[in-house]
Amino acid sequence: MTDNQFIEASSPHIHESASTKAIMLDVIIALIPALIASVVFFKIRALIIVVLSVVSCVLSELLWQKIFRQQSTIDDLSAVVTGILLAFTLPPTVPYYIPVVGGIFAIIIVKQIFGGIGKNFLNPALASRAFLMATWPAVMSKWTLDGVSTATPLELLKGASGNVPPIWQLFIGCTAGSVGETSALALIIGAVYLIYRKIITWEIPVAYVGTVFLLTLLFNDTATPFICASYQILTGGLLLGAIYMATDYTTSPVTKKGKYIMGIGCGILTCLLRTKGQMPEGVCYSILIMNLFVPMIERHTVPKTFGEVR
Amino acid sequence: METLTFKKGVHPSYNKELTEDRPVVELLPKEKAVFLMQQHTGAICQPIVKKGDRVLAGQMIADAVASISAPIHSSISGVVCDITEIPYTMGTSVPAIIIENDHEYKQAEPMHEQCNYWELSRENIIDIIHEAGIVGMGGAAFPTYIKLSPSNYEEIHSIILNGCECEPYITCDHKLMLDGAKKIVEGLNIMLHLFPNAKGYIGIEDNKMDAILAMQEAIDAVGVSSKIEVKILETKYPQGSEKQLISAILNREVPTGRLPADIGCIVQNVGTAYAIYEAVVEGKPLISRIVTVTGGAISHPQDFLVRVGTSFQELIDAAGGFTERPTKIISGGPMMGVTMPNTNVPITKATTAVLCLLKEETCIPDESNCIRCGRCVRACPMNLLPLYLDQFGRRGDIDRFKSINGTSCIECGCCAYVCPAHLRIVNTIRNAKREIRNNNNVKKVI
Repeated sequence: MTDNQFIEASSPHIHESASTKAIMLDVIIALIPALIASVVFFKIRALIIVVLSVVSCVLSELLWQKIFRQQSTIDDLSAVVTGILLAFTLPPTVPYYIPVVGGIFAIIIVKQIFGGIGKNFLNPALASRAFLMATWPAVMSKWTLDGVSTATPLELLKGASGNVPPIWQLFIGCTAGSVGETSALALIIGAVYLIYRKIITWEIPVAYVGTVFLLTLLFNDTATPFICASYQILTGGLLLGAIYMATDYTTSPVTKKGKYIMGIGCGILTCLLRTKGQMPEGVCYSILIMNLFVPMIERHTVPKTFGEVR
Repeated sequence: METLTFKKGVHPSYNKELTEDRPVVELLPKEKAVFLMQQHTGAICQPIVKKGDRVLAGQMIADAVASISAPIHSSISGVVCDITEIPYTMGTSVPAIIIENDHEYKQAEPMHEQCNYWELSRENIIDIIHEAGIVGMGGAAFPTYIKLSPSNYEEIHSIILNGCECEPYITCDHKLMLDGAKKIVEGLNIMLHLFPNAKGYIGIEDNKMDAILAMQEAIDAVGVSSKIEVKILETKYPQGSEKQLISAILNREVPTGRLPADIGCIVQNVGTAYAIYEAVVEGKPLISRIVTVTGGAISHPQDFLVRVGTSFQELIDAAGGFTERPTKIISGGPMMGVTMPNTNVPITKATTAVLCLLKEETCIPDESNCIRCGRCVRACPMNLLPLYLDQFGRRGDIDRFKSINGTSCIECGCCAYVCPAHLRIVNTIRNAKREIRNNNNVKKVI
């Protein structure tokens, strides 16, 4: 036996049991409360949209990798996460071709063309939502609750006719809105899980939501600025975006300072788009714009190396 | 007492229970002992014996020809039967003197008479340490006399003994602290004698409370509690890295490209202090050490007191052999140890462990794309951006690699340990650093 060769390799020789798949699985687990909430408020239609979007994403990735003879990455579950997140940004009334087309766009155009997982520079779910918004604006802004057409709380805040629902209703999620964005409670449960499992860190969500809260508090002319600011953070896709999209590994900074800049930048842009823009919502575009700055932010926030004298 | 530590790092499974509660067993070599001509960081040694010569245990058989080096002594008595090259780690081969054991263990004369070190001069002590072939025994094997000869010796304010043993599986320093506490303290006291303005610290992780107690008792017994202090450290990897240890105990950072001595610190392994005591007080050169033989593939993991030159195979046999064929044979710990091609390689002065890992313990899955999760950034004790070092290194972009301080990497392995994409980050960084070193050498030649 002594003459037999053993494997030679560079250290380290042991490895934590972490894998990309395990991380994605944790993200999926964190999204389950919001998924349950969506089915409670938008019934079976919400589930169908999620399933269609996930299947479309996974099949797109599988097909692309078959055609180009690349090693399949579908079992890392990242396409499943993209599928769920994309579905969560869609109105529950959309025709079924929307999640299907959206899934194809997210995976092929935004992710695979740029080199697949870890190489895309825009968040696939959000870039796809922006594409769907631009292409099918009418179906992408038709909202219902319990089968009745209604404006979203954000539209109501911006002056659409109707009464703004009370805060507790927004917190639970019993309002009109996209499939997975309405229940603040469910999204926050997911956030606590992700932070506890060390999948994400607190910097981006807290900086993002905090910036929106503070800016609304400072710049509004209502008699109840505090309530107004609370409405801003509980409505629309802010929590969904801040917790699950702005923290997307590939399209957010890895440096601590960079994370603060990412969160604050998204917050400022969201406030600007929500108040000055034509559309009621600004989360999607804010994050996409900040995605473009990530390489630059990282270059300027390289931390001081241990022992470095600057 | 409060538990000190450094920033970041990782918490691997320590697996020290395999050997922790088992006593150290002395093991003598069988027919032969093999002495590598390079057992230290620095220049290779030249044999001063030839084939057919009779040698005694403790006799010098190879000497340093350059300044950064350490002489080598035979650990057995017998006849030089060959001087040849033997295959060593990662395709390299190293010259070695092979001595046939006469099993008599006839001792050479001690290097000097037993003496009281207080009467020796600074130069005298450093010469003894040099002549005894003492090197850093924690694994890096830097010649000790050089570390103890900084030009600013009056400015040295802290001598830190490293008893962290932060590498998983290894328990040799732990055992030495339990069995040889007094000699370790005396060894540190000798070093304090060299540096009139220094205070001594012994840093030990809090998973070795019995060693902490043993060292404290020894300090009291020797009567040096006014100048030597035990510091309890958090059990975290890489607590025993020189820079991280200084940061934990003294809250000071060694500036990039400088040595601990430049900020008034000298760090030595507890085993080195023990060897210094034996050399200076008892006149014994460094010819034996404790080695942990462990890993999932070993039937009966155990610490052994062995002579330098004993083969890995003899140690593995003494530990009951393999339960199952291991995938890797590692000299040292699983985080920074080096793999060996076979089990015929010998123990050197710096071999802390013979680690035989099974496939399921060591098998690292294939690499996939970096997902930029930032775990490596959060783990890196040097506060680097390992994902970028890996990217620039693979791309061959040496300028950008240097611009984000890639050369500061201590190769501790935390980044690769936590990487969910299983990227061989340390390997890439090591290659890039080697390229930078080679380029610098070329520049020097031109």
